[in-house]
Amino acid sequence: MPQQRDTFDRPEVPDASAPDTSAIPEAPDGGASESSPGGRDDRAVVRDALGVGIAVGLSGFAFGVTAAGADISLAQTCALSLFVFTGASQFALVSALAAGGGPLTAAAGAFFLGFRNAFYGLRLSRLLGLRGGARIAAAHWVIDETSAVALAQRGRHAVRLGFTVTGATLFGLWNLTTLLGALGAEALGDTDAWGLDAAGPAVFLALLAPMLRTGVERATAGLAVVLGLGLLPVLPAGVPVLVAALAAPLVLLVHSRMPPGRRGERDGARTAEEESR
Amino acid sequence: MSVWIAIGATALGCYLVKLLGLSVPAGMLERPLVQRLAALLPVALLAALTAQQTFEHQLSLVLDARAAGLAAAALALLFRAPFLVVVAAAVLVTAGVRALG
Repeated sequence: MPQQRDTFDRPEVPDASAPDTSAIPEAPDGGASESSPGGRDDRAVVRDALGVGIAVGLSGFAFGVTAAGADISLAQTCALSLFVFTGASQFALVSALAAGGGPLTAAAGAFFLGFRNAFYGLRLSRLLGLRGGARIAAAHWVIDETSAVALAQRGRHAVRLGFTVTGATLFGLWNLTTLLGALGAEALGDTDAWGLDAAGPAVFLALLAPMLRTGVERATAGLAVVLGLGLLPVLPAGVPVLVAALAAPLVLLVHSRMPPGRRGERDGARTAEEESR
Repeated sequence: MSVWIAIGATALGCYLVKLLGLSVPAGMLERPLVQRLAALLPVALLAALTAQQTFEHQLSLVLDARAAGLAAAALALLFRAPFLVVVAAAVLVTAGVRALG
């Protein structure tokens, strides 16, 4: 999911960095559209959207297989892809349940992972310009990939087209491959013998890797690993992950109290950028 | 039954945060601190989940074939392999190490 990188970069990019676009009512507020100055026709938007939707949609196989290996029933696996429809949260929920976590503890971890979608929605809402029923329907598709494609478009028509085509392709394929993956895993029998229990952590690592850009992210990840593993034998299943989430505010707190000279070069630059907002 | 409760809670919670983003006035979530925290939370959660699922077995820590699989996935990521290739590398290497062991 290389597109992940773009969207996770985005919350840090100040909107004010492109003040000239604010004069154009329909222009995206990020800096991503510089690469397509002439505006793109519908076919190019659809091509991008299909590329992302198909590539990521196929990874529903990995989810279906992982869920089946974690003793989640076929109906439950399909319900997750249909109604949760945000990959990392689905994987997190399934693994927490497999580890014996209570239902609400497991759901809490999945919920915190899904919270980033609120920030995509925030950026998309102005660009999509949806009201009432359309907004309530569109909300279900506000995830990493639809946001990455939609935010890269210029103009409301292209944003809506990119969002809709990515969302429809991804939703259709993700649910189809979830079903096929779960059915395939049932046919395989012991999924651990096939190494399929390594699919879940590999998915998490693939989602995590593009986020580890500066010392702040790496310190957060390192502390979270220590907390997550260290507390595993001590706390009830599912709880260590929630405690590990505290690594984020802890690292931010320490980082903000560090003298600017001791923060890494890039960290310092980013903080200065934020302070100037 | 408890699995259905977990699924229901997750589906409802995840949908509501998506809708929240589309519905709240822009200023509310646009504070730099809130945004930085929102970007860092997935980092902490994903790192902890990766480590636990690689080294956990029935609530104790073990080193088994999954660690080799994860190393293969990390290597694939360093070479900027596509998502499915990364996952396949982890699965194949884990299965291979188990077959040999």
